[in-house]
Amino acid sequence: MSAADPLLTPEHLDRGVVAMSGGVDSSVTAALLKAQGHELVAISMRLYEAPPRSDRSCCSPDDLFDARSVATRLDIPFYVANYVDAFRERVIDYFLDEYRRGRTPNPCVACNNHLKFEVLLARTRALGGRWLATGHYARVEEGPEGWRLLRGADTRKDQSYFLFGIPRDALPAIRFPLGHLTKPEVRDLAEQHGLPTAAKAESQEICFVSGEDYSAFVKRKLADEAPRPGTIELEDGTVVGHHDGVHAFTVGQRRGLGVAWHEPLFVLGVDPRAARVIVGPLQHLDIRALRAERCNWLSFERPPGPLEVEVQLRYRSRPVPALITPLEDGQSVEVEFKEPQRAVAPGQAAVFYRGDEVLGGGTIEITRR
Amino acid sequence: MQHRIYLDHNATAPLHLAALEAMQAALVELHGNPSSIHRDGQRARAAVEEARREVARALGASLTEVVFTSGASEANNLAVQTLHRALPPGRAIAASVVEHPSVLAPLRALEAQGRRVVWLDVDPLGRLPAPDALAARFAHEDVGAASLMLANNEIGACYDLAALAGALSGQGVWLHTDATQAIGRIPVSFGALGVHLLSLSGHKLGGPKGVGALIADPALTLAPLLLGGHQERGRRGGTENVPAIVGLGAAARVAIPEALAAAPHLAARRDRLWAGIQAAGLDACRQGDPAACLPNTLSVRFGGVDGETLLMNLDLAGISVSAGAACSAGSLEPSHVVLALGVPPEQARGAVRFSLGPRTTDAEIDATLDRLPAVVARSRIAS
Repeated sequence: MSAADPLLTPEHLDRGVVAMSGGVDSSVTAALLKAQGHELVAISMRLYEAPPRSDRSCCSPDDLFDARSVATRLDIPFYVANYVDAFRERVIDYFLDEYRRGRTPNPCVACNNHLKFEVLLARTRALGGRWLATGHYARVEEGPEGWRLLRGADTRKDQSYFLFGIPRDALPAIRFPLGHLTKPEVRDLAEQHGLPTAAKAESQEICFVSGEDYSAFVKRKLADEAPRPGTIELEDGTVVGHHDGVHAFTVGQRRGLGVAWHEPLFVLGVDPRAARVIVGPLQHLDIRALRAERCNWLSFERPPGPLEVEVQLRYRSRPVPALITPLEDGQSVEVEFKEPQRAVAPGQAAVFYRGDEVLGGGTIEITRR
Repeated sequence: MQHRIYLDHNATAPLHLAALEAMQAALVELHGNPSSIHRDGQRARAAVEEARREVARALGASLTEVVFTSGASEANNLAVQTLHRALPPGRAIAASVVEHPSVLAPLRALEAQGRRVVWLDVDPLGRLPAPDALAARFAHEDVGAASLMLANNEIGACYDLAALAGALSGQGVWLHTDATQAIGRIPVSFGALGVHLLSLSGHKLGGPKGVGALIADPALTLAPLLLGGHQERGRRGGTENVPAIVGLGAAARVAIPEALAAAPHLAARRDRLWAGIQAAGLDACRQGDPAACLPNTLSVRFGGVDGETLLMNLDLAGISVSAGAACSAGSLEPSHVVLALGVPPEQARGAVRFSLGPRTTDAEIDATLDRLPAVVARSRIAS
């Protein structure tokens, strides 16, 4: 967010927007920035209508209440922004559509990409804010080669995996004040600042399916659509069972296949067009390569050529060495692993690291054994 | 804190000094229960009855017609239930689609239970059909009662209920009007209007929050919402909120005439605000009919602007206004009133309401006009 029209970002404003979910992390984020003397505006994003249960998700009325009381305590102007439509279109519809297509979506990545670091960042600018701060465990730093996104210092909490989609030119306008802290330190700070959210439980579920497991949510949401039953087959085409719809299957899944076989069977892949679920033995889950598409790059406009990187295929999984080769479209890369990787699902994010630095990432489209 | 410019008097108005003083005295001195037989109770009762006299006098009603409630929302609910009770099954209740939610929601609930409701649309300027046309439609659709506001809270549109009552004479239609926004801005007389029920709220006219009244023609038997209390002649149960009622009485006596005297000045300031907005070339569109608008209200739609962002920006610039309707979580939904004008939802989000009060100054209008261009320009960035 470079110096713009003085009318739009008045010189005298050192204003920043802090996204507040009502949880302890964003509460401490606001408290730290306030203590540094910034002019702050707090915004809670209202992302969906009254949720089924309100105790374990963000942006429920209870969480908005918590966010409001923290903002009041810190004497920060507080607003609730209505993003129900944007969230439904960009996150929930995408989430369901991916399941319809037999893929495994990552709604948190979609929410960060489109809601937090697109829509809310635009709102930040519209409010005359120079930067947007959130309570993510990740770091943004300016180095000799420009701005970089880095893992959070707390390796157990690091959330950089979900953040690879931030537009590169937005990095200078983003602050993660918790990036250098560990979760216990954040809780201590919450107590020191007397924040009412200090002892609040962690939210672990996908926020908008709070109160039920996500497969029940998907089933309920897709219940009105015509079921597309199909076959469960081995790789050689042998039909070993039947199913009510591909949305109930994800790569690597073993339970709930309803197939009796002489060896344990796992979902190897899903072919939504033919309504086929392909199953096979465990060792067939191993892949050597994949293609990631719709990549976003943070450390460069695009990779200069083939690159040795570490790839992370799931939140909290260990990064593994791989060679990435950019394809001609500029948006896709081929990823070849040093060692085979197990149960990699199309739809999930492949995020590329060099040490702590997030180089970029993309969406897994095709995997190869 | 910077000097704030309060242009949200249709949401609530500051307490009038006369109401404050009357309430302070009541809080300290009138501890008795008005229902008690002893003299402590009698003093409280006397204060309540004095307030009733003041409200009745200010609004051209007789003493026994005034029923104190917790506010206009309760008065509206009580009115709707009363209309429903007064009608045989089959006859319809009519209401405009721009009524306050405290009229719309109970009517929808009754509709779901089988009561026929005739919903009246408004034109793009927020106007209802002419009184004669409405009367003809009521006759045609067997409408036995109607609830129509005297002035709209969001766009300030005023409706000529006296003319409608005249057109309906002899037709046997019970009329309720929600006069919450009209009182203190335009002259309101229950007797002169010829309606049978009239709702009002204390805090829009300089009284306290948490008190209001329903003025009711004795020919209608009210359908009490709260059972188990004999207060207000059995029409509204619960121990009287004595200090608030006293405050409402004082506001009726002092604040209403003052505000009415200030109304022409208010209209001049409101017009200057609108002229300034137009002169600034802010791609603004005024909503509602300027020829029949409350003197204090200016509803404006800014092209390409998200009202939620504009509201936040104005607040950060020290200016309090409203936009749309706040949901329970505190975020904004497009206003049902603006949508009823035929404005597409995405444009309806660009609507904000400026509502002035008797103490709004020229300097505040100037300061608002100074700050608006930057704030509107900035608010156009958001998605």
